[in-house]
Amino acid sequence: MEKDEIILAIETSCDETAVAIIKNGTEMLANIVASQIESHKRFGGVVPEVASRHHVEQVTVVIEEALVTAGLTMEEITAIAVTEGPGLVGALLIGVNAAKALAFAHDLPLVPVHHIAGHIYANRLVTEMHFPLLALVVSGGHTELVYMKEHGSFEVIGETRDDAAGEAYDKVARTLNMPYPGGPHIDRLAQAGQPSIKLPRAWLEPDSYDFSFSGLKSAVINTVHNAAQRGEELAPEDLAASFQASVVEVLVEKTARAARAYDVKQVLVAGGVAANQGLRSALEARFQNEEVPLVIPPLSLCTDNAAMIGAAGSIAYRKGTRADWALNGVPGLDLEAQ
Amino acid sequence: MKALAIDTSNLVMGLAVVDGDTVIGDYTTNLKKNHSIRVMPAIHDLLKEMNMKPNQLDRIVVAKGPGSYTGVRIGVTIAKTLAWTLHKELVGVSSLEVLAQNGKYFPGFVCPLFDARRTQWYTGLYGKKEDGTFGVVKEDALVLRETWLEQLKALQQPVLFLGNDLPLHQEAIAEALGSQAVFGALADHNPRPTELAALGMMREPEDVHHFVPSYLQLAEAEANWLKAQNK
Ligand SMILES: [Zn+2]
Repeated sequence: MEKDEIILAIETSCDETAVAIIKNGTEMLANIVASQIESHKRFGGVVPEVASRHHVEQVTVVIEEALVTAGLTMEEITAIAVTEGPGLVGALLIGVNAAKALAFAHDLPLVPVHHIAGHIYANRLVTEMHFPLLALVVSGGHTELVYMKEHGSFEVIGETRDDAAGEAYDKVARTLNMPYPGGPHIDRLAQAGQPSIKLPRAWLEPDSYDFSFSGLKSAVINTVHNAAQRGEELAPEDLAASFQASVVEVLVEKTARAARAYDVKQVLVAGGVAANQGLRSALEARFQNEEVPLVIPPLSLCTDNAAMIGAAGSIAYRKGTRADWALNGVPGLDLEAQ
Repeated sequence: MKALAIDTSNLVMGLAVVDGDTVIGDYTTNLKKNHSIRVMPAIHDLLKEMNMKPNQLDRIVVAKGPGSYTGVRIGVTIAKTLAWTLHKELVGVSSLEVLAQNGKYFPGFVCPLFDARRTQWYTGLYGKKEDGTFGVVKEDALVLRETWLEQLKALQQPVLFLGNDLPLHQEAIAEALGSQAVFGALADHNPRPTELAALGMMREPEDVHHFVPSYLQLAEAEANWLKAQNK
């Protein structure tokens, strides 16, 4: 019997200190996430310096919790995987240096992982991947359609030209005076409202898989403003539902179109905004009529976590990807160069 | 007891390995280069030169700040993780105290300083304590240069100033303190990792999980938030 491959993975690219232990690329033995959201709430967004301070306070505690949960010791670990980027540089550095220290202390291979590759590979913790595939990545910092012809190969066929979808949610939430983080609030409100307010859809050029959300964000702000000038009050539920409908329609349509054009065997959804109920149900409804299977991971694997880094790290490890002791956090790391 | 000392808290990057009463190796650079890229390779090379495996260390000593927020965190993260995962002791030492050691035989007070912008310093006052040993006599703090210099003037004793940021402030110091001020020479301004190791050998170990850097000030967003709360 072959020896199990056990990867300890660390993710600190934003405001979650996360450590996971993944067996043979697909089995989660531990998935610990220490969220800082309560701390950042008072600032209305993630403050990089505060995030870095929390990471350094938490990092060994979370590593220990992961090992205890998995019932393992460091002697049983095969390799250390860590998010190299993209993300907040000061935050990335804590994970990277903790990972280097662990790998050095125990003479283990060190595997650098791209954060978005991680989000996509969260799906492999749910079901096996079938190539070629298309991944829709939607998060606070990213909105991308990624084509994968095989494991570890990433081609970005469409991306946002301005704001990421999650960013648009947060900005609109701020306009509507909702607490941080805004995405989940809009999602909840939208469930109770009707998409009755006319808002634009940014389709861009007919053959483009790119996205644009800054115009929509401005349209929402103008609509609120104009209504106020007329002395009218818009129901926040309807505004949220209308905004969400516009975002979701473009995301769903472009994904479905790309899936056909590229003749893929699977469509994966990834990233924090994939936790959005409106997006999930619209995708599910749309793909019911398509032949290609749609995979959306459970909420806990959509938001930032280290299990996804371990899953992507397993593939990178098997492909022989290694970092040396000079590994650094790279805030603008390129996915296609992986 | 074998100890590894790590200082990445300011521009100077320093490492030292001590075995009992002997310093068996050290490495220092004073370069504007990335600590995150350079420190782990340097630790690897130094231990290799010593023919030493990480698990042969008994103690990790780290300069805990003040200094560059990011720099301090790199050293503290590595030190915490090594100590925790190898089940070794962890000791943190003030980065200012390490620098102050370069003046430990000076007959008077020693003022190590790191520039903190807007004519502020991270500093403390070191000298002969009541028990006759050299140590801190005025706790490390973030101070306004002019206020601090007034306090030093009132001591009416010579003060030795140390630190690579001195050129920014030497004129102001000389003006405020006149002949009371003494300035370190070429080789006195880099914090020495061997001194960090020596101090670390004498201290009680810390609780690894709860060990945090000594920033000496809140994150700016936090300070602003507190100010807004008190309005
Ligand atoms: Zn993410």
